[in-house]
Amino acid sequence: MAEQPGEQPYGNGPRAREAAARPAGSVGAAIRLEHLTKVYPGGAGPAVDDVSMEIGAGETVVLVGPSGCGKSTTLKMINRLIEPTSGRIRIGDEDVTGIDPVRLRRKVGYAIQASGLFPHMTVAQNVALVPRMAGWSAARTRERVEEMLGLVGLDPGEFRHRYPRQLSGGQQQRVGVARALAADPPVLLMDEPFGAVDPVTRDHLQDELLRLQRELRKTIVFVTHDFDEAIKLGDRIAVLRERSRLAQFDTPEAILTHPADAFVAGFVGSGAALKRLHLARVRDVPVADVPTAHLGDPPEAIAGLLRDGGTGAVLLLDGDRRPHTWLRRGDRPPAPPPAAPAGTPVTGTVPRDATLRDALEAVLTDPAGRVAVTGPRGEYTGVLDLATLRGTVQALLAADRAEALAHQRALRGAHGAGAGTAQEGPGGPGGAA
Amino acid sequence: MGFWEYVGSRHGQLLTDTVQHAAAVFQCMALATALGVLIGVAAYRSEWAGSLATMTTATLLTIPSLALIGLLIPVVGLGVAPTVVALTLYGLLPVVRNAIVGLRGVDPDLIDAAKGIGMSRAARLLRVELPLAWPPILTGIRVATQMLMGIAAVAAFASGPGLGNEIFRGIASLGSANALNQVLAGTLGIVVLALLFDAAYVLLGRLTISRGIRG
Repeated sequence: MAEQPGEQPYGNGPRAREAAARPAGSVGAAIRLEHLTKVYPGGAGPAVDDVSMEIGAGETVVLVGPSGCGKSTTLKMINRLIEPTSGRIRIGDEDVTGIDPVRLRRKVGYAIQASGLFPHMTVAQNVALVPRMAGWSAARTRERVEEMLGLVGLDPGEFRHRYPRQLSGGQQQRVGVARALAADPPVLLMDEPFGAVDPVTRDHLQDELLRLQRELRKTIVFVTHDFDEAIKLGDRIAVLRERSRLAQFDTPEAILTHPADAFVAGFVGSGAALKRLHLARVRDVPVADVPTAHLGDPPEAIAGLLRDGGTGAVLLLDGDRRPHTWLRRGDRPPAPPPAAPAGTPVTGTVPRDATLRDALEAVLTDPAGRVAVTGPRGEYTGVLDLATLRGTVQALLAADRAEALAHQRALRGAHGAGAGTAQEGPGGPGGAA
Repeated sequence: MGFWEYVGSRHGQLLTDTVQHAAAVFQCMALATALGVLIGVAAYRSEWAGSLATMTTATLLTIPSLALIGLLIPVVGLGVAPTVVALTLYGLLPVVRNAIVGLRGVDPDLIDAAKGIGMSRAARLLRVELPLAWPPILTGIRVATQMLMGIAAVAAFASGPGLGNEIFRGIASLGSANALNQVLAGTLGIVVLALLFDAAYVLLGRLTISRGIRG
């Protein structure tokens, strides 16, 4: 349950959990943006207008909004690639608005669209850049490069000496992430990093990032214009309108079920229920049970199960308890081996880690409208059907709605005491450090 | 006396002239490259400084080489000095222009990435911008070298070193037995040198341009 993305509470939830689950290495640091404004000389108005945002340590926050809304500008002000006209930036306990930008950027990983790899350097040289600038020894740097390449799923032996142009778009993007993380920065900024790769690769890279983030617990600020990507990756999503004004800053569930206004609703688009399916996993759903038998069981016993089972179907399991064949009423019970078994061979199963969206896909394509759920080694754990899915989604949406309402009420109630909440972050260094 | 007979009888003198010619061009080119890249680095980020640098070096190039060397004699005297000054000035234009074009041509996203991962201004220039701009700069150096090969011949006018001496001696004694041979030997020597230098640049490119950006 602890890993269910849908259950992440607001604010300090990830911070509390990360202390228990994270491996060695630097963890995320909280980021606070205070009244950040960027005015370009000669511009009609501010490009970014008075943005304040608090991002918890170890949290993934996605900035999403229409193009030209200033989300990228906001991101680049965090590592001061764009200097804010006014306002302050704090990372951890440090006010970084005035410090040497080079020193600031060494603490803040940065990954951009089309990877930003230097074409004249090999993969290893690219990844080694930041550790080398930070003065790591050659041996430690080399070790780190191998570790980082392994972390992003690239075999160091095969890829170390390649040049960026010898890699696919997805591989380049992985190296870009490896480079950004090489010196173990507490904060990672990602500016539409998966914008230039094909949808299948993008989906894969998103999964990889989720896996990485479960291990590393960095503070990630991620910019995208793709709302589905935001839902998938964000602990919280900041929906921005023009001039980077916050339209809504909340969990994906709350934004899906309770958009703050027409702008957010328009941006979320239709199909909130379908999008909600991305956020829940099969393991969080009650699965039904069907009578099961083993392939080698006597035919009379199986026939008995079929008759008395009540579900009209029996699932035959193989020696490792993996789903093998569906037997339905009317099917001839299998003759003892070696005769070929009757019934319908099981073609699709879903693992317990799959999203409900994947499960729905499997259920819809199954002739009998149900799909077997499997555990880590492919063993049978239960069956999911359309009715269960529908009930689950409706319950989830209702719960989201109630939660969002309660949250908004709580916000309204705490509005007067806002200063007290703001001091909570740096006031609890035990949790953040 | 036939041409090859002439070359055989004078090979000592010819070899000295050839080596001096090559040395003069090589050293002046090294100086022009260093200066040209420095000027390029100083000027490429500003619109008007870039234009100023390109225009100044282009103007220098329009001065006929004979005239420039003639003008330099009263200032720096005869011999090696006017040769070095003239050759270096002429060598500047292609290097400066290509350095500016090359440095300006570096993908702004890469500059952003370099800044974003915490590279200082100097590190960005040395590790990212110059390596990426190096192929066009090297092309500029190649073009400049070819040009200097010819211009260096004129340096003999100011008693400078090199194969120009053969050519001038031949022109001065036109009609005499070996006049044509002298002019021919000097000219051919310069052509052969130019080809050898070009081959050397191809090799240099192989060695210094990263495999990741080689065309």
